[in-house]
Amino acid sequence: MLRIENLEVYRGRTYVLKGISLEVGRGEIVALIGANGAGKTTTLKTISALLHPHRGRIAYRTETDQELALDRLPAEEIVRQGVSHCPEGRGVFAGLTVRENLVAGAYLRRDKPGIREDFQRVYELFPILEQRASQTAGSLSGGEQAMLAIGRALMARPRLLILDEPSLGLAPLIVARIFALLAEINARGVTILLVEQNAIMALDLSHRAYVLETGRVTLSGASSAIACDEAVRRAYLGGQSR
Amino acid sequence: MRIQRKTLLVVVLILAGLGGVAVAQRSLNDYVLSLVNFVGIYIILAVSLNITNGFTGLFSLGHPAFMAIGGYTTAILTFPVQRKAYFLAGLPEWLARTEVPFLPSLLVGGVMASLAALIVGVPVLRLRGHYLAVATLGVLIIVQVLITNLESVTRGPLGLNGLPALTDLWWVFPWVVVTLFVSWKIKFSSFGRTMLSVREDDLAAECCGVNLFRTRLAALVIGAFFAGVAGGLWAHLVTAITPKSFSLVLAFTIVVMVVVGGAGSITGSVVAAVVFSVLTEFFRPMEERLNIYGLGEIFMALVMIFILIYRPMGIFGPREPRLLKPDDA
Amino acid sequence: MTGGYITQQIVNGLILGSMYALVAIGFTMIYGIIRLINFAHGDVVMIGAFVTLGLLQILGWPFWLVSLCVLAAGAFVGLCIERTAFRPMRGAPQVTGFITSLAVSIMIQNLGIVFVSAQPRNFTFPGFLQQLLRVGPVSFRAVDLVIMATALVLMAALILLVRKTRLGVGMRATAENLDVARLMGININRTIMATFAVGGALAAVAGLMWGGKFGQIDPLLGFVPGLKSFVAAVIGGVGSIPGAICGGYILGLAEVLFVGLLPPIYSAFRDAFVFGTLILILLVLPNGLLGKRMEDRA
Repeated sequence: MLRIENLEVYRGRTYVLKGISLEVGRGEIVALIGANGAGKTTTLKTISALLHPHRGRIAYRTETDQELALDRLPAEEIVRQGVSHCPEGRGVFAGLTVRENLVAGAYLRRDKPGIREDFQRVYELFPILEQRASQTAGSLSGGEQAMLAIGRALMARPRLLILDEPSLGLAPLIVARIFALLAEINARGVTILLVEQNAIMALDLSHRAYVLETGRVTLSGASSAIACDEAVRRAYLGGQSR
Repeated sequence: MRIQRKTLLVVVLILAGLGGVAVAQRSLNDYVLSLVNFVGIYIILAVSLNITNGFTGLFSLGHPAFMAIGGYTTAILTFPVQRKAYFLAGLPEWLARTEVPFLPSLLVGGVMASLAALIVGVPVLRLRGHYLAVATLGVLIIVQVLITNLESVTRGPLGLNGLPALTDLWWVFPWVVVTLFVSWKIKFSSFGRTMLSVREDDLAAECCGVNLFRTRLAALVIGAFFAGVAGGLWAHLVTAITPKSFSLVLAFTIVVMVVVGGAGSITGSVVAAVVFSVLTEFFRPMEERLNIYGLGEIFMALVMIFILIYRPMGIFGPREPRLLKPDDA
Repeated sequence: MTGGYITQQIVNGLILGSMYALVAIGFTMIYGIIRLINFAHGDVVMIGAFVTLGLLQILGWPFWLVSLCVLAAGAFVGLCIERTAFRPMRGAPQVTGFITSLAVSIMIQNLGIVFVSAQPRNFTFPGFLQQLLRVGPVSFRAVDLVIMATALVLMAALILLVRKTRLGVGMRATAENLDVARLMGININRTIMATFAVGGALAAVAGLMWGGKFGQIDPLLGFVPGLKSFVAAVIGGVGSIPGAICGGYILGLAEVLFVGLLPPIYSAFRDAFVFGTLILILLVLPNGLLGKRMEDRA
């Protein structure tokens, strides 16, 4: 569904992504792991057109089997094509209520009955959100905000869901719950590209994985294989081995 | 050897400047001479505001208030005794009997402005950003209103006129040099770096042990001193001073000079001050001939927008050209 | 000093406050969404006044039509200001945006002087609005009632827009976090343009009111109300629409009451008192009455 070819991205004058290539197939859960500063968030931001690549292509296959060049589209259009991004740090709109956040997620959609249906689905997945529907998002706990962010991304009825470190700052129990919910979402047909520092959980959840190390993909393959790989530890520590 | 060379260069430049002053005083006509004086005063204003707004990042609109305080103080001190009795009946005895020469009057004016900055700064400097701007605007208005209404001391809305025309290039040039020198010294000292850190990230600065309040207050007070002196120079150039002389429009003009030149850059402030004051004067005869007033301002506004679109940090940004930096910077 | 006199002063203060509030809302909405002060906002007021003059007195159009045109004109000018002074500056430091909008303000004022001349023009509303009404000890003209009612209606409409509509959610989301709003598919450019248009429309209507209330307009008219509305928005807390409304009314009331209630010798100190109060409010509440803490936006 998504194919990145030789992507090079600069942030300011820093050369962050030095030519990476990766692929996400329909229905898969793909994990992108690596240490801080490896370029994981940069990759996701470039897919969503918050950043622009210096070189390289991002190809996306739509519902109608058309191939689009995401690197040429504006951010709004990418969302319209079914790519939903759950950003780093959750990014919930603190001043808006839970319900309004979800409305924001469905911003581009016009089909009222469909939106209502999705509200139900999100409340099913995350009952706590229904309880707190009229509370401001800023008053939610970290775990609840993570759920809100994911629910909000789902309101766009995405084909591809991109998540940037959903486990950041959360207690292990909650992380486990969220990852279980992600598996369920995937079972319902949503393709997932997951960026994580918590490599163990990410590899556990995903089918395939890529290891990113200072702007380059150093390893890729089935998650189970990577989990057993010595090199994974090396990627984590940025090149030093124990 | 290199350090000595740069100091030598500066000394030569100053001497050349003084020579230029001598030539100018002799050969230029009155109009051009007064223009050059104004340009010099604007340089002092822009460079001193740069210390407050540029180095430390305070959004202060209060500069003209300090000019007014300094200007009125200087004017009252240099006012001939005979006329004081008539014009300023409300002055205390000791003041009414004295007439002070220009230099001490300017210095006292500057000090009074600094004191005012101290008094004003204590409450107001707790505010940040736009809130600070509005508060300093309030200070400006309050000072204006006070001056207008303390008629016995300031002669109210009529102001003081017939001030001795003491300002000429021999006074303006040295003060420009002093302002530039002090500003330059501060910028490349550890105190200057402290100011910069407060501007960039005050939370981080505080964590490094910087006393935010004192740094900001110092920036305001130092800037105010030179504003006060500039006010005194202005008053004795125009030979008149009224509460409206130092208005909000002037505040904006100086802020524009600092920002367009590059907030934090001394060179930027100087260049912008010169360019703006010269260009505005340039348009005046054209406006009068064509009878279309406002053209000059439109043009200046376009220039401002144009410069800021291509260089949003101002012409020089926060830096100085390499030539003008100290050798170890 | 009778109760009637005080009530009269309060009414006057509310009318002035209505106008300040309408303009302050625009300031605060624009600041809320792009973190920049629109200095040219006050001049939209002036344009609204002149459009009213042109259409009502010179062309003699019916009042309701003129009002609609004024709203449209204000929206249009707001959009122009966004395009010229703010879109190129996105991402620049705050003070830069302040200066470009100041430049646009200077241009608008001077273009006004060039094309219309600096002479103040007289302005009169149609007869039926000039009627004198009496409620108990308070007397006011029909104009005043219309001004207050219109202001309240517009403010209510605005709050509905911001709280209940999809566009409103988009505006608030963009104001909170521009990048995440883009991830929702919100078109940032259009949302910002909408903000400027709405703010401009409100300011233009304030101009219509100003002309009707004070009877005389000139191209530099926008400067003082613009400044005072900016102050009002700050008192209320920049970025907060209810704050701007409160700030506008507080400022309007303070201005009128200081002159009306204190002995006449203090009248000249009015502006000083008003600003002194402002500074006191800010000292107690450094983020204004309803403001959130200032976030930095790169």
